[in-house]
Amino acid sequence: MRPFESVVEEFGARVFRVCRAVVGPVDAEDAWSETFLAALGAYPRLAPGSDVSAWLVTIAHRKSIDILRAKSRAAIPIGDIPERPSAFGNPDAGRGELWGKVAALPERQRLAVAYHYLGGLPHAQTAELLGGSVESIRRAASDGVAALRNFYVPDLDRRTS
Amino acid sequence: MTTAMETLENVDSAQLEGLHRALEDSAARDGLLDAAYRTLDTPIGNLLIAATDRGVVRVAFASEGHDAVLDALATRLGSRILRMTSTRGVGGELDAAARELDEYFAGRRTAFDLPLDLSLATGFRRTVLGHLREIAYGSTESYAQVAEAAGSPRAVRAVGSACATNPLPVIVPCHRVLRSDGSLGGYLGGLEAKRALLALEAAA
Repeated sequence: MRPFESVVEEFGARVFRVCRAVVGPVDAEDAWSETFLAALGAYPRLAPGSDVSAWLVTIAHRKSIDILRAKSRAAIPIGDIPERPSAFGNPDAGRGELWGKVAALPERQRLAVAYHYLGGLPHAQTAELLGGSVESIRRAASDGVAALRNFYVPDLDRRTS
Repeated sequence: MTTAMETLENVDSAQLEGLHRALEDSAARDGLLDAAYRTLDTPIGNLLIAATDRGVVRVAFASEGHDAVLDALATRLGSRILRMTSTRGVGGELDAAARELDEYFAGRRTAFDLPLDLSLATGFRRTVLGHLREIAYGSTESYAQVAEAAGSPRAVRAVGSACATNPLPVIVPCHRVLRSDGSLGGYLGGLEAKRALLALEAAA
């Protein structure tokens, strides 16, 4: 078994992309940390020759779902809040809008996009994680990507406050 | 403009470094690590320093191939190994080892005051390492003298292989062992490194 450090080096960024797409940028660090801490503990028991990337995405899925479920339990409904422009402006407006759009995807689409396009997990394995047919996962992933296709984030240097 | 998918792909490396540091802390707190390591630039090249919770367990020369050394450590000690970038916990012990090595190479330190984990050496080899630690800074012994001191005067060859497989070179001073005729003998880090260490100690 190679040292765990090389696992973090190789897959750290990939797991972060997956976590961030599933739980959003605010909770992504928690999801990443819990994923790698759990992976470190279980690492010696991972069968030699296992697909380490798929194993990590599976752990990231469980940890991220835990965070989402805990958040939805903690959320207290307070009725509709009218949308109004922030008085402070938002230096990261374009990106913030994107995360809103990702969060607004149906969960199945969001997870299918995260695990397949960002996590490199084959549709068949995503279907095992999420249930349902491989075909339905393939469709969810492509619907999710299509919903994001025409969305662009302004480049940093062009951004104005 | 950047596409949505490109933005989803983009990860800030500074953020990953912060996450790595946090992982080091949590792993150490939960006692999850079999070993931790860092590297140090020295006049004899980049050294790898690895430690367990018992002490410094391995010092390795660049010529040994640090990746190969880490793979071997994973086999011997366990695969839960992380590079330490923070200076807390195990990282602090590695930091202390790096500081003492720095002082040694600057000629400001003649003895190491570090907890050592000798578990990578067993049997006679470990006995030899125990004796090597008693050879004072700036002095040398022959392989035959070390064999005698280790209680096996005829085991000169075995002393040679104990030195050649010393898991803690520089800290456990196998560079202070020479052939009976005064020639250098061998050195895992290369004869040039051995010559440099002996010159450093002679000059101090």
